Amino acid sequence: MTRTGRRDWLRRVGAGGALPLVGQVAPATVAHARTADGHVFFTAADIAFLTPAVDRLLPEDGFPSASQAGVLTYIDRQLAGPYGAGERLYLKGPLRQGTPEQGYQLGLPPAAVYRESLDALASHAAGRGFASRAPEEQDAFLRQLEAGRWMLKRVPSAVFFETLLANCIEGYFADPQYGGNRDMAGWRMVGFPGAFANFSQWVGHHGARFSRAPMSIAMTSASAGQGHGAHPRAAPDARAPAPARPVRPDGEPR
Amino acid sequence: MARKLDRVDAVLVGMGWTGAIFAKELTDAGLKVVGLERGEMHDTVPDWQAPGMHDELKYAVRWGLMQDLSRETLTFRNRRDQVALPMRQFGSFLPGTNVGGAGVHWNGQTYRFLPADFELRSHFTRKYGRDVIAPDHTIQDWGITYDELEPFYDRFEKVCGIGGRAGNLRGSVRPGGNPFEGTRSSEYPNPPMTQSHAGALFGQAAASLGLHPFPVPSANMTRPYTNPYGARLQPCMYCGYCERFGCEHFAKASPQVCVLPAVMTNPGFVLRTRAQVTRVLLDARRERATGVRYVDAQGREFEQPADIVVLCAYGLWNVHLLLVSGIGKPYDPVTGQGVVGRNYAYQTMSSVSVFYDKDVRLNPFMGAGALGTVIDDYNGDNFDHGGLGFFGGAYIAVNTTGARPILHHPVPPGTPRWGAAWKKAVADNYNHALSIGCHGSSAAHRQNYLSLDPTYRDAYGRPLLRLTFDYTDNDRRMSAHVTDQAERIARAMGARLVHRSDLAETYSITPYQTTHNTGGAVMGDNPRTSVVNKYLQSWDVPNLFVQGACVFPQNAGYNPTDTVGALAYWSARALVDRYRKAPGPLVQA
Repeated sequence: MTRTGRRDWLRRVGAGGALPLVGQVAPATVAHARTADGHVFFTAADIAFLTPAVDRLLPEDGFPSASQAGVLTYIDRQLAGPYGAGERLYLKGPLRQGTPEQGYQLGLPPAAVYRESLDALASHAAGRGFASRAPEEQDAFLRQLEAGRWMLKRVPSAVFFETLLANCIEGYFADPQYGGNRDMAGWRMVGFPGAFANFSQWVGHHGARFSRAPMSIAMTSASAGQGHGAHPRAAPDARAPAPARPVRPDGEPR
Repeated sequence: MARKLDRVDAVLVGMGWTGAIFAKELTDAGLKVVGLERGEMHDTVPDWQAPGMHDELKYAVRWGLMQDLSRETLTFRNRRDQVALPMRQFGSFLPGTNVGGAGVHWNGQTYRFLPADFELRSHFTRKYGRDVIAPDHTIQDWGITYDELEPFYDRFEKVCGIGGRAGNLRGSVRPGGNPFEGTRSSEYPNPPMTQSHAGALFGQAAASLGLHPFPVPSANMTRPYTNPYGARLQPCMYCGYCERFGCEHFAKASPQVCVLPAVMTNPGFVLRTRAQVTRVLLDARRERATGVRYVDAQGREFEQPADIVVLCAYGLWNVHLLLVSGIGKPYDPVTGQGVVGRNYAYQTMSSVSVFYDKDVRLNPFMGAGALGTVIDDYNGDNFDHGGLGFFGGAYIAVNTTGARPILHHPVPPGTPRWGAAWKKAVADNYNHALSIGCHGSSAAHRQNYLSLDPTYRDAYGRPLLRLTFDYTDNDRRMSAHVTDQAERIARAMGARLVHRSDLAETYSITPYQTTHNTGGAVMGDNPRTSVVNKYLQSWDVPNLFVQGACVFPQNAGYNPTDTVGALAYWSARALVDRYRKAPGPLVQA
């Protein structure tokens, strides 16, 4: 996000005063609906909304969309784990609304943010019908969420939107072991080499074309040597065109 | 009921840089020392090994090496007329935990302060008149000079193996270094890093404007290095996983790499981890520390008696310990009386983004924490402040620390925040954008301070530390001026697009800025305006010493670690050479 984007977001998530309330305030414990096949947190109804939603945030272009890249698998696993439970967040009360500068004050862990928001959206006609809308209408709906148009139970819709957007970006670019960034599509999209990283012989070759395929943590573990490799690589020729095929860290072609 | 342990000569609270330095200095002098660290033992092997360490989500996004805020955090407000609320998740700054503390996950940018920084009030009022420092700005001299501290900067830099080029070597200004720096008694122990493409573009543009670029002084090793303690460090791999990560390679100076191996073999030193110090204990007259109370991992309480207590935790938590222990008079912003919590400051940050066409490949992922090119022409009083209406300044630098894509995906202004256009802009700009950062001084002000929160508590039942802080008008003016200079350099870099991001109108605790919190237990020559004297000895409790950036009276336009380390060596030397021979106040108030 640009710094400007961050500032606007701060103003939005700090608000939450007299907004239309969607859905009732949730009871202290959240009732457990059946999770969707292959998921440990999301229900089928959640997936029905989220799949087209995340694919408007990160659509398919020459590279996979968010759902194609496994972003929902990523978020599903995160919400079922320590992140979703709000581990290492200070959630103690009293809860008070603060200024935008004071940051997140809801006292809800991420799993509750999603659960309440998704349940509220499922009880709202526009939320329920989201999947069948045209892309332009979906974008308009997402922009309203982003602008904080509604309260989703206890969650200002801007808070849900920003959390979802941030989690989508995480899921698109995190190491594939977390369920997203399938086939390292996110890394290939930007040209990020991934977990294997030894550039001491490259850094002084300004403008060099570095086109080694990205390597994940699992791939780097499986290959010979340590995360960086024990020995310096041969210095690249900055004038040479990129090799047509990616090479393994020991220099041999795949 | 706390179980009382056997008395030792000294107990150290926290085992980061200053804890490690004190452990070494005191045990070398024959003292029996106990170090208490609330976190766990961490070491290069096995904790920081790749490929598991090269996990942006775990370490950079989920703050894997940072403290557990659910147990200890602080509350924050901009102004006294607001209610402070908890910092519920990390944002503006990232205090570390575990052995090594922030010295594990830092970048390694290692700058000395300027000679004038230590006498800021005297220097600026002498040169520009009394009005240059507005009345509410509680700027102070430090009570120590650069010349006194210089040998200790030298020592810390040799322990860390800093790579750089001296700009002022024994009074002689030399090319390639910082011509504005205070004189150095020796050259850096290691040569500078290999310049990145982005750094070179910035350096060339700055030089073309008559400015003086030099390589950022780096604690990422530039060659195999054995430090004065016999610790062996290896060359940096420019892997781009530096800040927020531990270094797998023994290439980033950290307490357990540089100092602790030389201490851990000394039977005079005992390190206890999972030992959270909750309070400094005082005698009945409250004039002498008798030791500390701590809680172990099972929740059992212990009392560790000691003849000397040294607070070596992260600066904020040293101030917190003073407040919850009732040591020193807490600062009252209404009356201006009291000292503990007074003169909190931070760092004043802004930036200019530069976007190139696709034919310019920057390879930003080839990075290191302290890999950068910097100018000091607009820092401190290195430029004429006449008529500008502010004091202070900033260094201006391009730092290529890495480009991990969850958090690093620059797009030009006007790009939508999501959707097809955003995705395309991310792909199109990732390898063709850089950022020029302004890293500015932070003035002390009577309304910026630390205190105890009346409402929120930590896991030990103690009131949280409360931070009241906003940018000062002086710093807003300074920041605008230095950002103008950064923009001028950016426009000389031959790019497609330049976009400046100024200092926010109001300080927010949400976006990351720096982990450079200073003040609250400031050093000085007068107990009415300082908590510790020039040797970092408490004015109130002579057998208590306080380390860390909490002793800075205000913050200069540099990263704090070099000055924190130098002061720790200086303070430890005074403790060993002078205090032990004559326990009592080292300075008469």
